[in-house]
Amino acid sequence: MTAKSLRFQNTFKALRQKNEGAFVPFVTLCDPNLETSVKILHTLCAAGADALELGLPFSDPCADGTVIQAADKRALNSGATTDRCFEAVSRLRADYPDIPISLLVYVNLVTVYGMEKFFEQARVNGVDAVLMADVPCCMLSCGEDFVAAAEAHGIELVLIAPSNASDKIVREIAARSQGYVYALSRYGITGTENVFGRPVAMLKRLKELNSAPALLGFGISTPEHVKIALQCGADGAICGSAIVKIIERNLNNETAMLEELTIFVRNMKAATKGR
Amino acid sequence: MSILNPFFGRFGGMYVPEVLIPALEELEQTFVQAQQNENFKRELNELLINYAGRPTKLTLCRNLTRGTKTKIYLKREDLLHGGAHKTNQVIGQALLARHMGKTRIIAETGAGQHGVATALICALLGFKCRIYMGKKDAERQRPNVFRMRLMGAEVCEVTSGSCSLKDACNEALRDYAANFNTTHYMIGTAAGPHPFPTIVREFQKVIGEEARAQLQQIEGRDPDAAIACVGGGSNAIGLFTAFLDSKVPLYGVEPAGLGLDSNKHGATLERGTEGIFFGARSLNLQNEDGQIYESYSISAGLDFPSVGPQHAYLQDIGRVKYVGATDNEALEAFVLLSEREGIIPAMESSHALAQAIKMMRENPDKEQILLVNLSGRGDKDIFNVDKILHERGLIAADGSILIDQINPQR
Ligand SMILES: Cc1ncc(COP(=O)(O)O)c(C=O)c1O
Repeated sequence: MTAKSLRFQNTFKALRQKNEGAFVPFVTLCDPNLETSVKILHTLCAAGADALELGLPFSDPCADGTVIQAADKRALNSGATTDRCFEAVSRLRADYPDIPISLLVYVNLVTVYGMEKFFEQARVNGVDAVLMADVPCCMLSCGEDFVAAAEAHGIELVLIAPSNASDKIVREIAARSQGYVYALSRYGITGTENVFGRPVAMLKRLKELNSAPALLGFGISTPEHVKIALQCGADGAICGSAIVKIIERNLNNETAMLEELTIFVRNMKAATKGR
Repeated sequence: MSILNPFFGRFGGMYVPEVLIPALEELEQTFVQAQQNENFKRELNELLINYAGRPTKLTLCRNLTRGTKTKIYLKREDLLHGGAHKTNQVIGQALLARHMGKTRIIAETGAGQHGVATALICALLGFKCRIYMGKKDAERQRPNVFRMRLMGAEVCEVTSGSCSLKDACNEALRDYAANFNTTHYMIGTAAGPHPFPTIVREFQKVIGEEARAQLQQIEGRDPDAAIACVGGGSNAIGLFTAFLDSKVPLYGVEPAGLGLDSNKHGATLERGTEGIFFGARSLNLQNEDGQIYESYSISAGLDFPSVGPQHAYLQDIGRVKYVGATDNEALEAFVLLSEREGIIPAMESSHALAQAIKMMRENPDKEQILLVNLSGRGDKDIFNVDKILHERGLIAADGSILIDQINPQR
């Protein structure tokens, strides 16, 4: 039994003391390839990201829009494997010992790799938390016991809270989600095409139920969105497709890519301050 | 928590984003209530009989088996309105959708038969309809694309991923995740998250129930084997369910493509490994990380790298034997049935027939009754088969088909 990682908890505590929200960028690991991806991760941290949510590329990302689908494809075409993705994380971890890192995965990548081995390798390589996009509450322990395996290896399991969840499910999510709660701003898939919604009632309910801090995600692409997310009662915001688009736009110019990422993350982070 | 058991042994489940759980629970509840509801059952039955044309016939092959002691009976789902078994279950699901107050139906399709079935029932019952079809499949099943459009469906050709059935499934799931309040996702096979495998089976099991009774009436006994092709598994589970409590040997026939050892096949049950894809734990064609491979088959409807969870279970407990038929074997069966019996089978169904022909040839002196689910008609395939036969030089100068050369492995 490995002790639970405390990085998310510590980070949220520090942010609260500074009266700041969290800004959490999302990218797909090994997009566009392992080496550039490692540089991207360093850049995001250096520019002020409070935590990272990192996607494992998957052949069939059915909860993702076109931008992240393309990122997954680039990563896989460059030879990404789960082990190489873990390598990217561990190379970042070596330089940033305190930043909280979560992995967003499709469950097949966990189950085929081997559930126990997956959580073990995640922990060994510096991952703090795992979200499984296609495992709802009711499937957490009734087939394979993901909860037990994550716990055994000290990995926090983050649950995803959609605004259409029944109160029973919201209670369960509040009680069981560790590290943070991924609050969905709207239905549908990732991407910036649709504006994000404002699930104020759900965020309030999560607070009442003393859940882990809630990060709002899906459709967040500007500093204004970050501010709105915090106003709605979220503890922070997750931004994926808008960041991945910067990578996509600059595939032929790594320097420009990293510069643009730096500016973007700085601006998004600035929007979390002095709320 | 679900009302019905979402698992078949360790297979199945409902592995979808949390956001879809309320929609799946609503579907399950509506289905369970409908099963008890006389009005629902009456309307379903009325449509099955007077619109779709049930019961379908059971036809004994007259010429195909000549010189052997085998009798091959065809369960004629090809005669069902729409041209395939798919119509059975879309009627059921469309009525459920109406009970749930949905106004829009989406579906994925491979061969286009499920798309056609969806389009026709949406036309009849007044649903808005959008069909996702891989671009590759839309090209090889052109006639069905036009059929769907003719009946008012919007056909969306999918260009993501491998442009085939699994990518159409992904697109449909994406649509569903955004629009479930108004939209029902009419999954076309006995796969996907619970409750779909169960719902589809319950609406398809009429195939086997009819066939078993018809055969009893004609022969006074059960068959020596019941055989169906397996894509996602709906026509097969539809045939098998009535026999599960018996000892009748059951054969599911997968697309062996260019051969089981060629990497060009869709033989998920024979060559797949366990994983969770398309909402359920089952067997998939995938690498050691769990990345899903593209499958391959001459038949668009069988070209799928996963399979319904109940089939994974039935193989696991040894109740059903899953075997492969290659492209060539299926092609030969396609031409043979057309030439000998005047019935053009779907390329998918030709795989099941190929297995029956194999069993007949292996034991010409054995008295045996083989029941084959002829899941669909082959009109949709004729242009593609014509092209393939020409490309392979299997058409003689006078236009006749060189049938003996189609399957060189024979
Ligand atoms: C005629 C026919 N048979 C079989 C299939 C395979 O599907 P299933 O395995 O669900 O029966 C299809 C699918 O498109 C089909 O059109």
